[in-house]
Formats: sequence, C-alpha cells, structure tokens
Amino acid sequence: MNIVVLTKQVPDLVEGLEIDPSGKALDVASLRYILSESDDHALEQALLIKEKVGGRVEVFALNQGEARESLIMALAKGADRAVLVDAGLDSPLANHAAAQIFATLLRGGPFDLILTGVRAIDDLDGSVGGLVAGLLDLPYLGLIRKVEIGGDGKTAIAEKEYPGSYAAELEVRLPAVLGIQSAEQPPRYVPISRLRQVMKTATVEEVSVSPPSQQLLGVARLFKPEEGAGAVMIPGDAKEAARQIASLLFERRLLR
Amino acid sequence: MGTLQVPPIPEKPGVLFPEIASAEDKFRACVQCGVCSGSCPMGKAMDFPPRKAVKMLLEGRFDEVVKSNTPWLCVSCHTCAARCPSQLQISDGLFPALRAAVMASGKPMDPDLQKALQNTYLYGNPMGEPPRKRADWTKTAGVPVPIMAQLRRPVDVLWIVECYPSYQPRGQAISRHLARILHALKIDFAILGPEERCLGDCEWLAGEHGLFETLIERNIETLRKYRFREIITTDPHAYRPLRNVYPSMGGSFVVKPVVQFLAERFGQVKNLLKSKLDAIVTYHDSCCLGRKTGHYEEPRMLLRALPGVKLVEMIQNRESSLCCGGGGSTVYLDRFIQERVKDRLADQRVEQAAATKAEILAVACPFEPSRFEDAVKITGHEGKLLVRDIIEMLAASMELA
Amino acid sequence: MGNDILVFAEHFRGTLNDITYELLGKARELARSLGSRLVVGLLGHEVGGFVEKLGAADQICLVDRPELKEFASDTTKAILEAILEDVQPRLVMLGSTSIGLELLSLISARKGFPCFDNCTRLESRDGRLVATCQIYGGKIFAEVALPDATTLVAVVPGSFPKEPGEVAARPELRSIALPPVLPEARVTFRKLLEPPPGDVDITKAPILVAVGRGIQNADNLPLAEELAEALSGVVCASRPVIDQGWLPLTRQVGKSGMTVKPKLFLAFGISGAPEHLEGMKQSELIVAVNTDPNAPIFSIAHYGAVVDALELLPLLTEEVSNQATKKASS
Repeated sequence: MNIVVLTKQVPDLVEGLEIDPSGKALDVASLRYILSESDDHALEQALLIKEKVGGRVEVFALNQGEARESLIMALAKGADRAVLVDAGLDSPLANHAAAQIFATLLRGGPFDLILTGVRAIDDLDGSVGGLVAGLLDLPYLGLIRKVEIGGDGKTAIAEKEYPGSYAAELEVRLPAVLGIQSAEQPPRYVPISRLRQVMKTATVEEVSVSPPSQQLLGVARLFKPEEGAGAVMIPGDAKEAARQIASLLFERRLLR
Repeated sequence: MGTLQVPPIPEKPGVLFPEIASAEDKFRACVQCGVCSGSCPMGKAMDFPPRKAVKMLLEGRFDEVVKSNTPWLCVSCHTCAARCPSQLQISDGLFPALRAAVMASGKPMDPDLQKALQNTYLYGNPMGEPPRKRADWTKTAGVPVPIMAQLRRPVDVLWIVECYPSYQPRGQAISRHLARILHALKIDFAILGPEERCLGDCEWLAGEHGLFETLIERNIETLRKYRFREIITTDPHAYRPLRNVYPSMGGSFVVKPVVQFLAERFGQVKNLLKSKLDAIVTYHDSCCLGRKTGHYEEPRMLLRALPGVKLVEMIQNRESSLCCGGGGSTVYLDRFIQERVKDRLADQRVEQAAATKAEILAVACPFEPSRFEDAVKITGHEGKLLVRDIIEMLAASMELA
Repeated sequence: MGNDILVFAEHFRGTLNDITYELLGKARELARSLGSRLVVGLLGHEVGGFVEKLGAADQICLVDRPELKEFASDTTKAILEAILEDVQPRLVMLGSTSIGLELLSLISARKGFPCFDNCTRLESRDGRLVATCQIYGGKIFAEVALPDATTLVAVVPGSFPKEPGEVAARPELRSIALPPVLPEARVTFRKLLEPPPGDVDITKAPILVAVGRGIQNADNLPLAEELAEALSGVVCASRPVIDQGWLPLTRQVGKSGMTVKPKLFLAFGISGAPEHLEGMKQSELIVAVNTDPNAPIFSIAHYGAVVDALELLPLLTEEVSNQATKKASS
C-alpha cells in the first residue's frame, strides 16, 4: 500500500497575527509556522494504515516555514520518504497553485492513497486535497475520521462526518484522495532525543519545480474583526459579573 | 527482556550524561530493604512500587513495569532516593528512564502530558503561551523589572522566573511581590523575559531527556550572552538543574533559591518587616528545596522573622515532608492520577496543616499555592486555612503588597 | 458565461438543510441587484417534493435518479458539472459543509473555475461580486473581488438569515441534457452511522449552558450542571470537551455537532473557533465568559465578561437561585 501524505505549513496562531502595511497580506516578520493540524492527523492516519496492512508512507511538503523540520518529524514517526518541494517563491502559495504542483509531481503514480488534512486555517480557495483529486481525476472524500483498507487492497472504507454527529460509511475505489478530519488515534509523540537522532541521519529529498501558472489570489484586503465590538463587556470581578448577568437574565424573563 | 538505560544523576553537582550505563549494574547494590516502597506516598497505588520495580529490573522483567501503571504514578518527591541505604537514584534516575522507555515504545501518551511536552518544545513553556508574553506580568508589577536584552549591562543578580511564575495568574502575583521586595532591598537585578525558556526539570522527570538537553542548550546559549554575579530563582524546580546539571553542560553559575538569597540578607530583610501578621503558620517543605537540595532552615528563619508569627511544624516535616503531588510530570497528569488514587496527596497534606491549628500554610514552590488552595476547598477548610507563598507574606509585612 | 446565479440545494435524511434557505435568501437579493436569474440545482432521489419549498428560485434543475439517493461526490459532481455546462452561471453558491466542501474543490479543479471557501458575507458593488471569507480561526477576514468567470463560493452556515429564502411557490423546472451514461461510481454509500441515542436533544432546549476547554477538566462539569439546573437549562459543549470524552456526542455544538438557536446561550471558557460559532451564533441571547479579552466569541456574543469561568459559575448559580427566591417571595 503506497500512501502519499500532502502537508503544508500554516501560521501559528499562538504567536499572534498582524496584517502588513499593504493591508493585503499578513506581516511575515511576526509569523511563526507550524504543520497544519489536520495534516498531522493525515500523517498519523497514514502511519496507522501502514502499521495495519504494510506499505510505504511518503510525505510531501512545499518549502515554506518549518517544512523541513516537519518532514524530519514525519520520518522520526515512521514515514519512509520525505520530499521538500521548492517552487522558488517566497510568498505562500494559494491552494490552487500548491495543488497544481503536487498534481504534476504525483501524476502517473505510483500511489494507492493520498491523505491530507481536510482543511487548514489559511484555506481561502478550496482545499488542497479536493483540488488535487480534481486535477488527477480521482475520487475525493472529506471530513474523514476512520479509514480501513479492503482485503484486496483495491478499496478503502472511510467514515465521513456529517452535522448532528452523524457519519456515513463509504466505500471508495483506490487510488483516491481522502481529506482527514481526525486520525483514529491522536498524532503520536516523538521523544525529542529520537527527533535529534533522526535529524543527524535522515535525508529529506529536495525537488525543484517551476513556479505555477496560477499565482496568489487577488485579495482586496485583510482585516481583523472589531475586537469585542459584538459584545457589551461587563466590567468588574467574577462576583460583580455574576450579579450583573443574573440581573440581565431576570430582566429578559429568562429566570423561572 | 529488559536492559534499562539510566542516565546517572548525582546529588552533588557533577556530570549528567557521561555515558548511558546499564542500569542492572547500577541497581545491583539494592538490598531489597523496602524503605523506598515504605516511604513512597504513591506506593499503594502502583502495580510495582519502587522496591518491586527494582526487583523486576534485576530479574530482566523490566518490560512488565514499562507496561504497568507504575511509570506515571511517581510524583518525584525523592523520598525513596533520599532514604535509600545504597543511595540508588530511584525517583531521579530509574523513573525518568522508565518513562523514557514508555515513550520509546510508542504507546499512546496521556494527552495532557503530550500537550505539555509539545508546548514546551515549541514555546518554551508547558502552557502553550507565546514566548513574547513571558514578561507581561511585569507590566503590573508596580516597580520596574529590567529585561537583560534591553538593559545591556552586567547586573548583580539574574532572576530566573520560570514558567508558572511567569504565565499563571497565581504565580504571577508572587513574582510581582518578589520584584517589589528586590527593589526595597535595592538589589541590582534583571530577568531574561521572552528569552527565558523552561528549565526543563519536569520534562526531564517525565522521561524527556532529549527535550531537557534542548532546553539546557538553549538556556546556556542565552545566559552566556550576559554578565551577572549570581542567579536566583523562585522555582525550586529550576534551582535543581541549574545547580546540579548545567555545570556539566557548560553552564557553571552561582545559583541560589530565593529563600537562601533573602536569608543571606537577613538583617536587611528583617528591618523592612513592619506590619504584624499575627498568625499561626506552618511551613511545607517542598521536595526540590528540601529533600533534594537541603534548604530546610532558611525558609523557617524568614518566617520566624515575621512579626506576630508563631511557627509550628506538621507531623511530617523537613526530610519527611509529604509531597503536594505535583512533582515531575505529574502536575500534568492530575486526571490520570485522580482516576487511580482516591486520597490526593495535597488533601492529605492540608489535613496535616489543619491538624496543627495553623491559620496559614506557607509554601515556597510555585506549583503549591493552587494545588493546596484547591485542596483547602475540597477538604472543607475554606476560610480557616490560607495558603501563602513566603514571598507574599514577606511583601505583606513590608507593606509592599 | 451567462448572468445566472446557481444555488446547490443541500438536503440530508429527507429534509432540506437550513443552509439551502440561507443561500437562497442571499442569492435572491444578489439576483435582484444584478438582474440575474436564480437557478437551483436539486439532485437526489425522490426529491420532487422539495421543489415547492424552493420558491425563492426562478428555475430548478431537478435531477432525480436512484444513483443520487445517498450523497457521494463522485456521482453528484458529474451531474452538477452538466448543469454548469448548461446554465453557465457567473456564481455558484454551495454550503461550506460536509457535502459542499467536496464539490467545491473537485469542480473548481476539474473545470478550472476559481473558488472561495469560508464565505460569511457576499455583496454586489457596482455590478461586481465581493466575498468576505473568514480565515485563521476567524481572526482574520479576507475580502476578495470575484473574477469575471464562473466562480464557486462556499458559504459558512448561519452567515445569512434563512427567512428570505423560505418562499412557497413552484418555480419552473428546467431540463438538463445529461450524459447518456454516467461515469461508473467509484464511491458507494454503505451505511449511515447514527449518533448514540442521547439523553437530551440540545436543539430543543431554550436555555443552554455551554462549556469549552476553559473548564479545564471533567471534575468541573458539576459547576455547569448546577447552573443549568438553577436555570432549568441543559449543559452542552464545544468540540474539545466532547473529544476528551467529558460529555457525549449528542451534547456537541458546532459544525459537526448540533446547530442550536436557544433563547439563551451561556458560553463558559469557550474561545469561539469558527466551527463552534457556526453552531450557536443564531442564539437569541449570547453571554460569553472567557479570560482572554481577544477571544473570538466576544465578537458574536451580546454580553461578555473577562473573568475565570470556574470562578463565575458557582457565583452565578447562587445569584440565580437568589433571584428565584426573591421572585418567589415577592
């Protein structure tokens, strides 16, 4: 079973986000990047499948942010191959451009399954998984929380989430692209000593591709929601807040 | 089959990881006397209490201990290591190595612990707060708290604040009080602020010696940029590695816990104490400041100096002090432990404090105020027993609060 | 490219989802100002009965086939593409949902149409369409001018009101030339997994006490339960609490949980990730409590307090009980 995992780096929200003076992009200097959370789940799901049915896990990432370290982490977790793709551009790529690059690299295979996070926090123009599936004419299922490979290795059974906590069990013919919401197990921990060991010995393949035809989207402007503009803030400590909220509920006849 | 790798941890300042020695050799000196199991506050809940764990190791049945509940129940109180007649490093050698083995086995980790370790790796603190906010507490300190990178000159005292006292509201309050005390004593001091990273003691006790090394390297690199006479710290968990481990990694500094620093200036401190406290106070010896490093009398000296304070001792004090239950990695494992142990250590300790008729339980470790305050509520002593850090009490008497 | 607006009608388990009406209401408004025709794509099996609910539309492309009984994007997209070929709309509106997200990216890539996701606002300015999309956990909004080409936009449920889309009328049916043979389905539906039967249906509770990560651990749940009892309400939670197993799935509010519209929604220790807000932002009165003054929940709450939820809960329970006693004795 050949599994490809597509990953990307996204700004780390813990560090805060600022919009640059142009108003059309984030202020890169203040950004710190980490692996997109659902891509981490996609990697975990790929490793779980490999542990169950055997095979190879190959992880791809566009050269941006801490992509190299994320790839080394993937190798430390058990991935077989890590590929850093350099498109010669500084600014982050829109999903369409990223998908084009991945599709070009993957066209012709061989792979049985492509896993990627179903969504990333910076998704503006669709999701990489669905776009790659569209370009390669593969089936695509999103919001997946469980994957079982069929006995013959030619199909997969995936559990797809629906609102209201419903889910559907779907059978999909391979090769296919799955957009992972959460792996069957939380992403595994790699002891730092192992990570440091792998850093010294592992190889991350580097591939250069020409910049894609479709460039960054025409974002007219970025803006932050007005802070707390929605809410009337109740001042004071917890005791005061409790009193005020109780009065409010009483006024609105919500107390019985 | 089990060959356990145990990094030897000496009690005196020395080399941390000379080479990984086979633990079976190290622990062959065990006479199976059972003092460790008998002293272990969590022994009752463990599948393999310390004595049994060592026996399993020597019998080559280490795997069974790795798979049991034992690795994660140790609260790193170091009572076993302090009392072992063969001076075996149990809580501070066997257990971290045991945990490292669990992590290496790929078994899923407790999610709270995993998050704390990942956060420490990414952000230098287990809470996952951004490094740039590490000195935000100083904004409301009421006195200037210089940051080394901005000060750009040598100082007498570099104050390592650590994670809880920097980010956690209860800890931040204590930090502000100390800032005011240092000012009142006219100490020339500064902090690292956003450049400071977790000192890593808890992470190492959790079995993450790779993370511990990474943090040490980073902190030494930062400390080497600056010139200062000595380091003081409010966190006994920071004190231990700074004193015992950093020298062997290229970071030799004079380091003191803040109670020692203040005790050395006893005359000066005493002169500043104005208002009476009028309370019966009992002091809890924290594991790192007490058993691990021997600072029993300095805190008591400071407490006795407070006007109106009557100091009483709990039934377990000094070397026999009962851990608050938050040591090592277990501060991140509360949920795990509560599912397995009914009698929480913090609750037991609070009962001991209440039994002395004390009105204030004085502490000197940043984990303790919240743990004991929770325990006070749970044991029904709310309003009767206050929990205060020594620093807070000194600041109150100096009228700096 | 024509001037039409196409709305993809979403339905699940025999009912049209609210998002369909939300899309219709907005589409109607846009169609009016742009002089466009509003066409709805309704795909499914035995869905003819929905037609008269879609009165907000000018035309319905109804494709009723057994292969479409259960949603599978592989089959649906082929038919939707045929509809797009025929209608050549300037704008295609979908829900940013479990169903919509697959179609959005697949069709965009296959047909080379630009697409945008997470749209919360859509308006026409001087004949151009401008979409506002939320990104970075709702902390940043991006305004994009839709290009002059068929563009797909996925809208976050709850962004637009549904009432303007609920028009009872029978729009004309428009027949579409479908390929004689559909591509073989590579995705087959096997079964529906129902959530475990719940104790309470939170969508029916008029008062909800919601807890998030800020309650720190399951031990603190009784604090919320006591408040809920004092208010005759029900406890619910955001996803992180459910994922930890502190409350069952049926109590989950948010994108993959329930959408609720109670009279009162009290949010304790919930930061307000978009996936959660989606499920509760239409509540009549929202009061949020969080120690982070920048928590996104404050942007949609009506009232907020920056205090520790764990401290506030028991105090509020006490105040509420006192008010009740006062009321009883007055």
